Parts: sequence; structure tokens; C-alpha cells
Amino acid sequence: MADVPAIEVRELTRRFGRFTAVDAVTFEIRRGEIFGFLGANGAGKTTAIRMLTGLLQPTSGDARVDGLDVYTQSDAIKRRIGYMSQRFSLYADLTTRENIAFYAGIYGLGRSDIAKRSRDVIETLELTEVADRRIADLPLGWKQKLAFSVALLHEPSIVFLDEPTGGVDPIARRQFWEHIYGAADRGVTVFVTTHYMDEAEYCDRISIMVNGRIAALGTPTELKARFATDSVDELFVRLARGRP
Amino acid sequence: MISIRDVSKAFGKHQALSDVGLEIERDELFGVIGPDGAGKTTLIRILATLLLPDGGEVRIDGLDVVDDYRALRRILGYMPGRFSLYPDLSVWENLEFFARVFGTTVEEGYEWIRPIFEQLEPFRGRRVGALSGGMKQKLALSCALIHHPSVLLLDEPTTGVDAVSRREFWQNLDAIKSAGVTIFVSTPYMDEARRCDRVALIQEGRILEVDRPDDLVRRFGRPLFAVRADRRLALLDALREHPHVHAAYPFGETVHVVDRRPSADPREVAHYLRERGLTGVEVVPAEVTIEDVFIDRMQS
Repeated sequence: MADVPAIEVRELTRRFGRFTAVDAVTFEIRRGEIFGFLGANGAGKTTAIRMLTGLLQPTSGDARVDGLDVYTQSDAIKRRIGYMSQRFSLYADLTTRENIAFYAGIYGLGRSDIAKRSRDVIETLELTEVADRRIADLPLGWKQKLAFSVALLHEPSIVFLDEPTGGVDPIARRQFWEHIYGAADRGVTVFVTTHYMDEAEYCDRISIMVNGRIAALGTPTELKARFATDSVDELFVRLARGRP
Repeated sequence: MISIRDVSKAFGKHQALSDVGLEIERDELFGVIGPDGAGKTTLIRILATLLLPDGGEVRIDGLDVVDDYRALRRILGYMPGRFSLYPDLSVWENLEFFARVFGTTVEEGYEWIRPIFEQLEPFRGRRVGALSGGMKQKLALSCALIHHPSVLLLDEPTTGVDAVSRREFWQNLDAIKSAGVTIFVSTPYMDEARRCDRVALIQEGRILEVDRPDDLVRRFGRPLFAVRADRRLALLDALREHPHVHAAYPFGETVHVVDRRPSADPREVAHYLRERGLTGVEVVPAEVTIEDVFIDRMQS
């Protein structure tokens, strides 16, 4: 299993009528990699992610997620992935403990597992004192860390993060990235989408989508060198405007 | 042009602003930079005469935000953080609406907003709800400027827009500033600081620092290195155990290390890390960014 890439995409294409949203995209993500998936609004990011998470069938091409085929094994894929959005998936009126129990239940964890995971998460995040308080009252940075832990409750092999650290203070943001590094160190593959290029600089490799195609793919350092720019932001703007 | 003195504001038990004081010059592009919940929106709403401070005083062009709010509203342009145009009206109808509210006409203000509005002109009949994020933002800016205000207040104008629109937006602000408008803008994005003449760093309702971005960076005053190694978590652990390391934190692909001594040798840090068994070690002096300054100020 360790040799199988976490995500393997070949010539993946999705058309909506005459419009080609994702156009013969090919890439591979290895296990434990932190992969940044970038693109302007309308570049085809969302369509690609919906195919990789088993929510949308491709028009043509191949994609395997954790070794599973997106055409025939989309239900199995959904059980192998985690998802966290910047616009929280947590329930504001439930407590920390209740949110954990709710999501653990959804993912089919047994009662004793739920109790154990819940304790683990609360201890690791040092949330013991606020475990029975409504999520709405927690600072943003804590909510983000909790949302991330909740996305990992069922021990997925791949976790999708949508703008994970937007808006938090610089210290909370770094604590969050350390959690991401920790997950990647344990072999979890982390797939990050973001509008913010400084967030992209934290990824092992990034890809930039423009008009349904991947216009650049590599480590931030490689890409900056290849396009002779000093920031991913500058590179992104040039590619998105079609002037590489 | 804007004088903020000892301004405080609480919502119930939550102290949103504590003794905030700032002086903003005429024609300045002034940025308030801080994370969500730092008090940026509260401060802008007080300047916009939409919220009363509990204590302190704010004057804009000599007018008091509490006593002279009617006169003040005529010279203020305000773009709230939440999109607040009418989605069921067309682009042009929204513009007409805002012109009329301010007792002017689109014709009268058109030349003035033309550089920003131009790209929207072909879509003037389109329902605003059907516009893209970048276009909505341009229209919101046009509506805030249609009455030719002398002060423009912008609350997180670039949140949620992509890098291309973000850049165009800041270019627009430069042009507006050159036309003689004082701009007060808030943002959670540290990298936008360098676009401003001066910035205030704000955290938990308090101002940490106010200065020109270049000077903030220059005054950092400690050696800063960018460090790489094959395993980032092990790298962070090792650095935090180094006796002279003041702070070590992830920074993009690298880890930033602040040394507590007035000067330090990157080779020494590299040697230490290799001794600890780390591989792929690289230590180079790093350029201080506003984010490094912010982290440093938050910790002290």
C-alpha cells in the first residue's frame, strides 16, 4: 500500500455541456505529502476536487484516490478521506465534546472509540477547560484546530483542507501548520486549496490551475526559480493573467 | 486628518478596543493589520459614525464622529466588510441608488470613478447578484466613491478575492490616494502591509505598533535566519532547544529562527543542527517581514 500514490490523476477531464472545466489534468501526490492546489476563481479547482472526493463523475480520464477508482469506488473513497473548510463544518451551538461525538458517529465509530478519540483530541489540543462550552464562544484559532482534528477522527489517509488558516493571527496560524506537519509525518496526505499564496508557501509542492489545466507544478522553491520570481503570489498573478 | 484618541469599546464582557490612539495624515494610505477578532471592524465602524465609542474621541477633518455625524457622513466613503449592495438591482441601479442617497448623480461623479468603473461598464445592466467576486468588489468601491468623499474607509476589502483581483484593488487604491483621498483600510493579510504608507498592528483591541512598513522591519533588531531540513517537526524541536534561540516558527517552506544575541552566525546554527542528526540542513539570513514583526510583538 505504501507504494501506491495517495492520489493518481491521468488526463482527468470534466465537461459541462460545451464548457471544459477540467481539461486533461495529470498529477500524482505521494503519501504524507502536503500538496497545495491553487487556481483563480473559475479555474476548475472546485470541479477537480469534487471528482477526487467522489462527488462528481469525470467525463474521461483516470483518477485513483488511496488506490480507489473514482468511477466505481466513490463510496469507499468518501470513507477514506477527511474534509475541513474555512467556513466551518462544526456546529456552533454544540459543545466541543458534542461536535466530536457527532462527527465520530457519522463516520461510524463505535461508542468506546468515540469516547477514546474524544479524550485524545481534547487533550492534544489542550481544550479540556472548554470541552463543554459552545463552539461559538471559542477563538477562531481554536475552532480551526478542532475542525482539523475532527476531519481526522476516522483516520483518513487523505485530508482536504479548504483555506485552512485564513484570518487567524500569525501565531495561531503557525500552531495550525505544526498540526498539519504532524499529520503528514504520520503518513496522512494533506491536500490544501487556498486563495492566499503565502499559505501556499507552506506546502511541499503546489500546482496552479489556469483555465482547466495545470499551468505549473513543483515545490515553491522550484517554481519561483523556474519563473524567476521571488513569491508564489507574483507567479500566480502572472500565470492567471496568461503571461508566464 | 483622522485623529483617534483613547478610544475604547466593549460588547458586554468583551473588550473590543482598549485605549486606541492613532493620527492619520491627509492623503495618507493607512493600514490597520490584525487577525479576525482583533477589533478592526469595530474601529472602522466607529470612524464611519455607525457605532458609538464607550470612551475617547475621534475627529475626522475636524468633525467629531459623535456630535457632527451628519456633516461627517457627507465626506466619508465607507465600504463595509460584508458585501452590502443590492443583489436584485443592476450594476447601474446600485450606482444610482448610492449617488442619490448622497444627494448627487451618477453623471456628476462618473468621471471621478471612471478608472475603477470602466471594466464594469459593459455589465451595467447585469444583476449584481450575478457578478463575480472581483467585479462585486469594484462596484462596491465605485459606490463608496460616487459622492467624491475626502476620506475612504475600507473594511477588509480583499478578504475572499483571488490574488489577481487583490493586486488590481491595491493599484486602484494608489490611484485614489493620488487623487487626494485619505484612505483607512483594514486587512488580516500581513503581506498587504507593504502597500500602505503606514500601518498599525492590532491584536485583541490594542495597537501593538504604528510605523512605516520599512521602519517596522528595520527596527526588528535581532538576527533572523531561514532554516531548512528534511524533517520539519524534528527541526522545530531541535531549534527550540538551542540555548540562543529566541523563537522558531514555520515560515512558508522554511522555519524562521530569531536569535536572542545582537549578532549570530548561521554556520553555527547549521553545525548545531547537524550535530543533532538532522539532514538536508541549510541556514541563511532571512529578510524580516511584517509577519515576523507581528509575531515578535505578540510575544512580548
